[in-house]
Amino acid sequence: MTGAPTIVALRNVGKTYDSGTVALDGFNLDVQGGEFVALLGPSGCGKSTVLRIVAGLSEATQGAVERPDGNIGFVFQEPTLMPWASVATNVRLPLKLAHADDAQAHAAVVQALARVGLAEFAEAYPRELSGGMRMRASIARALVTEPQLMLMDEPFAALDEITRFKLNNDLLRVWQELRRTVIFVTHSVFESVYLSQRIVVMTPRPGRVFAEIPIAAPYPRDEHFRTSADYAATCRKVAEALEGAMAEGAS
Amino acid sequence: MNDRILRIALPLLMLVLVVLAWDLAVRLYAIPPYVLPGPGLVLATLNADAGLLWQSLLVTFTITFEGFMLAAVGGIVLAVAFNQWRLVEYSFYPYAVILQVTPIVAVAPLLLIYLPQPLAVLACAWIVAFFPVLANTTLGLNSVDHNLIALFDLYKASRWQVLWNLKLPAALPQMLAGLRIAGGLSLIGAVVAEIAAGSAGAGSGLAYRIAESGYRLNIPRMFAALLLLSLAGVAIFFALSALSYLALRRWHESAVRRER
Repeated sequence: MTGAPTIVALRNVGKTYDSGTVALDGFNLDVQGGEFVALLGPSGCGKSTVLRIVAGLSEATQGAVERPDGNIGFVFQEPTLMPWASVATNVRLPLKLAHADDAQAHAAVVQALARVGLAEFAEAYPRELSGGMRMRASIARALVTEPQLMLMDEPFAALDEITRFKLNNDLLRVWQELRRTVIFVTHSVFESVYLSQRIVVMTPRPGRVFAEIPIAAPYPRDEHFRTSADYAATCRKVAEALEGAMAEGAS
Repeated sequence: MNDRILRIALPLLMLVLVVLAWDLAVRLYAIPPYVLPGPGLVLATLNADAGLLWQSLLVTFTITFEGFMLAAVGGIVLAVAFNQWRLVEYSFYPYAVILQVTPIVAVAPLLLIYLPQPLAVLACAWIVAFFPVLANTTLGLNSVDHNLIALFDLYKASRWQVLWNLKLPAALPQMLAGLRIAGGLSLIGAVVAEIAAGSAGAGSGLAYRIAESGYRLNIPRMFAALLLLSLAGVAIFFALSALSYLALRRWHESAVRRER
């Protein structure tokens, strides 16, 4: 990790909505290239706001934001697919909007679908797929432009546990293959420990960094890690930090 | 019994019963044809006047179709313009509403004064039919999933790309619902204008035939023309429903058949 360039830097960032709600206040975050960072916090703590600011979908009202300009992948909490288009057409969308060359776009779509295990469902429509498969399609769409930065906003929160574990494993596999930077928002302690190299624990509104916890466990991580004593101990530590963050927010 | 068979068989059975009752009443009470013609006489008139009525049907149908097409294009174009330029919406929307809420029967005579008769009839068909297309398409364009809009933003899509690749396809179900309503309404508009034109005009549409037959107390022909008119309305409805089904069957909940 050392020596990798910083690709995202938020300095003292604040966000106040027109309604007067202060979503973020004095938020700091540095992310290095190739890193897998989890943003952990209770709902309404401004995690999604951080992602939207990094994506450029929302403007910070205070502080300095350094972020890559363009080629960012975003995965929403819902699959957010176009229901009138096939999976392949959905995945191809970012390339189509960028007027990419047809043959290259086709090859990129095939590759992205293969990465998430949807190669055989290219011509299916979203409504014909299960929730997990729709989310895979959504991830394939984010991967298709080979972004240097992937932003994921509680992508697996609505899935059942079995599907979520499977997608966790597949996401880690893809990350190890491609080594792109991932910022992953979640409210699950277990998910954040399983996936990431570093957990940023946030306080509830206004969102601020309460603690940063590095997770030293080596990759590849699999079901052995999920059931290990080391995993359980780390989860306890992170859960305690989260409790502390909530207590600070409440005071 | 199979639900689909019942759905077809029951309305047919009701039709047969009503026609039988009608026939029976006419015979039993010896009602004269200038008060109420029996179903047999209506069919016979339909057959005898086939040439005349068919020509009239064609006239009304052509006007209806033209009015519908103009309403479809006008409604969709106006909805897109409203969606793209807020100021256009502010400027014109109230007048679109006024045009819709003013009863067409009251507007038709005025139109007949200023416009040549065929054009006035067409204008009536258009006025009543365009608003549902406008209102439904506007609703569709404004109800696009905000996350999909954010996604298009993220990939720096142009306004045109957002409209063509996102908003229009997303609005398709509502747009088709609007067109289905407009189909029936454009027929009503054409008929109202023909009736208003009355004997003063040179019109030879079905509605004009009904009015004319009324003056001549040719009640059987009134019924025959009315029958053709409602068949035309049913045909329009089915054609537009089929169009809607074909366009939506692969992805929209309203057109997807579910197994239980």
